[in-house]
Order: sequence, then structure tokens, then C-alpha cells
Amino acid sequence: MPELSTVWFWLVAVLVALWAVLDGFDFGVGVLHRFVARSDVERREVLGSIGPVWDGNEVWLLAAGGSMFLAFPKLLAAGFSGLYLPVIFVVWALILRGVSIELRSHLDNPLWRSFFDSTFVVSSIAVPVLMGAALGNVVRGVPLRADGFFELPLFASDAAMGVLEPYTVLIGAFVLVTLTAHGANWLAWKTSGVVQARVLVLRVPLWISAVGLWLISAFATSRVAPEVTDSFSARPMAWLGLALAVGGLVVVFWKRNGELAPFLGGVGFIAGLLVLTVGCLFPVVLRGVQGHSLTVESAAAGAFAMRAGIVWWVPGLLLAAGYYWWVLRHFRGKVTVS
Amino acid sequence: MADPLTWHRVQFAFTIIYHYLFPQLTMGLALLIVVLKGLALRPGGEAYATAARFWVRVFGLNFAVGVVTGLPMEFQFGTNWARFSQLTGGVIGQTLAMEGLFAFMLESSFLAMLVWGEQKLGPKKHFAAAVALFIGSWLSGVFIVTTNAFMQHPVGFTRGDDGVFALADFWTYVLNPWALAQYAHNQMASLVTASFVVSAVGAYWMLRGVHLEQARLNLKVGTIAGLVASLAVAFPTGDLQAKLVARHQPAALAAMEGRFKSGPRATIHLIGQPNVAERRLDNPIGVPFVLSFLAFGRFDADVVGLNDIPQENWPTSIELLYYAFHVMVGLGTLFIGLMGLAALFRWRGWLERSRWLLWALMLAFPFPYIANTAGWMTAELGRQPWLVYGLLRTIDGASPTVHAGDTAFTLIGFSGLYFVLGLAFLFLIGREVSHGPEAAHA
Repeated sequence: MPELSTVWFWLVAVLVALWAVLDGFDFGVGVLHRFVARSDVERREVLGSIGPVWDGNEVWLLAAGGSMFLAFPKLLAAGFSGLYLPVIFVVWALILRGVSIELRSHLDNPLWRSFFDSTFVVSSIAVPVLMGAALGNVVRGVPLRADGFFELPLFASDAAMGVLEPYTVLIGAFVLVTLTAHGANWLAWKTSGVVQARVLVLRVPLWISAVGLWLISAFATSRVAPEVTDSFSARPMAWLGLALAVGGLVVVFWKRNGELAPFLGGVGFIAGLLVLTVGCLFPVVLRGVQGHSLTVESAAAGAFAMRAGIVWWVPGLLLAAGYYWWVLRHFRGKVTVS
Repeated sequence: MADPLTWHRVQFAFTIIYHYLFPQLTMGLALLIVVLKGLALRPGGEAYATAARFWVRVFGLNFAVGVVTGLPMEFQFGTNWARFSQLTGGVIGQTLAMEGLFAFMLESSFLAMLVWGEQKLGPKKHFAAAVALFIGSWLSGVFIVTTNAFMQHPVGFTRGDDGVFALADFWTYVLNPWALAQYAHNQMASLVTASFVVSAVGAYWMLRGVHLEQARLNLKVGTIAGLVASLAVAFPTGDLQAKLVARHQPAALAAMEGRFKSGPRATIHLIGQPNVAERRLDNPIGVPFVLSFLAFGRFDADVVGLNDIPQENWPTSIELLYYAFHVMVGLGTLFIGLMGLAALFRWRGWLERSRWLLWALMLAFPFPYIANTAGWMTAELGRQPWLVYGLLRTIDGASPTVHAGDTAFTLIGFSGLYFVLGLAFLFLIGREVSHGPEAAHA
């Protein structure tokens, strides 16, 4: 019987992976939006592909955050306050993204619509870059103090590490390109005609870039955080993640002319990489570079909270997944623009 | 202003007040949409279906802004109030996580169905979608109010030597008596906002002489719901809430009333300016005995004044708290009068000819927003100087590594973003209202 905190570690990881995989294609669609759809009808087709689901996709982020709050309050407190500015930037970008999608359709004016098309692209680029950089910070490590908090300047300098430095920006770029490729897979599945044709031209080059950036990121990680990559061979979950990621990539390239299959391959790649990463980090949840780290044990809430939480968490997740699945089914098939 | 706590508090206050302008309408409106869609199921209910369609469009816009402005609320627990999160996450994490799994997905899924699915679903299933959306949005309120109730009146926990709060009894925490009273009061206040908005739109169309059938229908639903909700806000829900404050937060009650001297047969003050430096209420007009009765159910009950409470436990903004409370109570009383009159006139068939009353109904819609905001200010300022009442001070809850300059910067950013968002929202809502109930979704 594993420790309760270990169970919660994986439950939170599942929610984060669900968010990355599901909202991930929304961001990819946003990045591609202005480039693969030129006319208003085409853009409505692109937006229609995520219109009924984007808000539900974002709910997985809130569910992940809430579950992290429940089980690992010290991680939430240290991470969010230590990365204060980037986290608030993510919030602003998420606000802008939601507003862009929801307000665009309310006015039939080309300038109004063009404005929100642009804010949609900008915000959809910002979130993956910032979240990728944040992930880079977690892997590289942060100057966690004995009181469980840390402070980081936004920009690195010769004197001190920063939130944004070559390694973390590299991870941000990798996440951006990967989610863009994932969004291309979604659009290839959900759209048709000229939009789909433009997406199909971009899809394989995007995936090749994602793989290239992955290899560079993996190499960079082995230099920046050798403890993390060295632990790999001893971690069965990391092996599982790697197998899932590589298997997903094989499907993406092998079925590159398909519709649903490459999308599912991309899901496997992204989820696999997250399992690989957290599998290597475990039991550390926030790596410190000054001798203090947060682990599943030291960051955990009281045992009773975790026990009580698990009782309602499982039915809650099934219920949420049920609603989500119901909406997805209702809007299955290609998008039609009326 | 160099002190980071002030900036954290101002940013949280600004973002939460702005955010709550939207859910306070959508929660109440969700119930009214259920009523309209239920009436539309009867034979010949087509006019109700049309009205429901119009309000679903208004709901959708408000919901969208509510969702995006709700995001910073979730995040600020960690970004700005990290010490508070670190200490209490083991308790309040329960309800915040529950909201994500139980409420948000329900709302998001069924709103998609309500907005896009009328033809696909048919009337009965579409009605069911409205009911599900109503349940989802009211569940959201349960989880948030329960979280807040723990801060107001902590129950169901234990506390370690390191100051960390841990959940000890799940059901005690979830069924906090404070949460039950506050939730009932809050939901009725939300229904006040929604019914005032519905009757204001009806009055506007009636005064313009357009969409008369829909105007009548909105006036009917709006004034009946408005009267019921205005009464229920005051009694029993407001009364219950006041008695809880009197029992558990005597410092808050004393400050709400600008009361410095303790004693029996306490006066309730309708007008007066708190003078904290001189420890008195200036230019007071009041009714003796009533405060004692409202707070404890007896005219001779003792009500504590601030003089008998250590000054370090006084609420930090007594003036603001005093006025927030008086604005809420004053407006709440006027709401009962206005809606009582409107409901009577409508019942007697006089309302359509009483243009002055239609004007009053049309112009009244901003005031429930003010009253709701003042009500929450009363609750939150009354809780000061504590984050968890009597146990954790606000100053000990802020993030230790976030500086005043960081928060000032993000507050400016939020202000700019929300200003533009507010303009776009008002413009689009204005268009919906002037297009009227028949307009197709552009």
C-alpha cells in the first residue's frame, strides 16, 4: 500500500496531464489561428473546433490547482509566490484568451473580429511559453529557503539565477512548439477543406521541430540538472513515461496522413513526457538548490485531509470526466460553420 | 504605501469586487431562467421561451466575464497569500478543489448545451440543461461560501505547534453553521440583483413602448421574484447572519454600528459618522433597544462596545466597515419598499400606466450591485484584522517574498485589463438590451 501522499502526487499529476493534453490543443489552435484561417468563415471554423470545449479544458487546470492546494499546500504557496510575476502573466494571458474566444462572435465587424483574432494568438503563445519556463524552473531548481519560500528575479544575471534564462526559455520554446504541433493534429481532425489543407502542410515540419527541441531540451536538462536525469534508470514510472512518449511519436509520424490517430499519438507524447519528468523528480515536488527541497512528505497536508479528500475526489473526477465526455460526444465530427 | 500588505489587500479587494459583479447576476439569473423555461414547457408558453432565450444570451456574456475574472481569485491564494495558503490549505483546499471537480465542469458543460443546444436537445432536455446549470452555479457558491465561513468562524480543524491548520472533522467543516446562514443570505441577495435586472429591462422596454409582451412578462417575473428575494434577504437570512456576527464577532458588530460604549438596551443608528479618534458617533439618529433585539432577540441584552475590546483586535477600517454595513441595510430596506410597491401595482394592473414607477424600476438596477458589494465588504472588513478569525492575523498571511512594487505593478495591470473588459462588456450588453428579445444571436 503506497503512502497517501504518493497517491495524491499521482492524482495531481493526472490532472496536470489532463490539462496539458486537453487545453494544450486549444493553445496550439490559438497559435495557428491567424495563419491557417484567413477569411471570417475559416476563422469561425477554427474557433468552432474548440468553442464548446475550451472552457471545460481550462477547468482541468483549476481542478489540478485545487487538488494541489488540498494535498500539497506548501508546494502551491512556495511555487506561486516565488514565481509571482510569471504566474500573474499566465493569469492575464488566460483572461485574454477566454475573452478573445467569447467576445469575438458578438459583433459582426471585421475590425472587432480581427482584434480578437490577434489577442487570441498572442495569449495562446504566452501561456505555453510561460508554463514551459515555469516547468524549466521546477526541474532546474529554485533557491528554496529553510522557511519553505523562495525569491527569484525575472531575468537571470551573472550574480543570480532567474525565472527566465537560456535553459528555461528553451523549455518554454519546446512546450510552445509541441502544443502548436498538438493543435495542428486537432485541427487536422476537426476541420476540412482549405483550413485542413493548410494545417496538413504545417503538421509534419511542426512535429519534426518538436522532436528536435525535445532532444536539445533533454541534453540541456542533463547538464543543468544531472541529478534529475541520472535518477531516470531507477524509476519505473519514468520508463513508462518514456515508452508512452516514444510510442506516441511513432504513431504521429507513422499515421501522419490520418486524423484521429496522430492526435492520440500527440496525447501520448505529451502525457508521456509529463510522466517521465515527474517520475524523475519524485519524491521531490520542488527542487531546491540551497539544500532545502519540498518533497511529497514535507509539502503534504495532514493525513486526514488527504484521506477525506480521496473519498470524494474519485467520484468527483468521474462526474467531471462524464460531463466533459458528454459535451465532446455531442460536438463530435467535423465542424460545420453555419 | 511601501507596506506590501496594503497592496495585497487592495489588489484582492479590487479583483474580488470586480469578479463578483458577474456571478451575483448569473447565480440569480440561472434560477430565473429555470423558472422561465419551466413556464415555457406549458402549452402556449412560447413567450416564456423567447424571454428565456434573451436571458440566456445575457447570462452567457456575464458568465464568460465571470469565468475569466474568477481565474485570478484562484491564483491569488498562492501568489499573494502564500503564508495563508501554506497554513490553511490542509483545510480550505477541500472546498476549493471540490469546486473545480463538482461545480466548474457542470457549469461549463451545460452552458455549452444551453447556448448551442436548443434545437438539438428539444424543450425538455434543454430545460434539464438549465436546471443543471443552475445547480452548478449554486454549487460553486456553496464551496466558496464554505471556504469563507472557515475564515469567519473556523470549525472542524486542529492546529499543530507550527501553526498549521489541519482538517479534523470533514462534516463539521462542510456544515459550518456560519456557512449555512451566509450562503442563504448571499443567494437571496444574488436573486435580488437578477430580479432587479430583469424588471429594469422590462421597465425599459415598457417605457420605450417596444416588445410590450416581453416587457410585461419580465416585469411580472422580475417584481414577484424581486419582492420575495428582497424580503428573504432581510428575514430570515440577514437576521440569522446578524445574530451569528453578534455572537462570534463582537468587535465586528461594534464597528459596524460605530458603537464604543458597552451596555444594555443598545440603540441602532440609522445615520451618523463614526469618529474613531474621539471614540464616538457624530450626529447620530437612532432607535433605542433595536440593536439589542436584532443582535440577541432581547431588548435589554448587553451589546459590547469597542472600548471594551483591545484595540489590536479592532477591525482595521472602522469607517469603511460602518458605511458598508449601513449602505447594505439601507438599500435592502428600500428594495423591499420598491418591490412591494411594484408588485402591488402590477397585481392591481396599475403598473403600466405608472411611468414614475417604471422609471424607478429601470434606474434601480445598479443598487443591488452596490448592496451586494457593501454586504461582502461588511463581512470581509468585519473579519479584520484576522484571516482566520481569532487565530491567524492578516499580516501573517501574506506572501513573504512578494514586494510592494510587484503587487503595485500587477494591480495596475489588472486595473487596465478590467477597465477595457468592462467597456467591451457594457457595450455588448447594451446592444443585446436595445436589440430586444427577438434579435438573433449575431
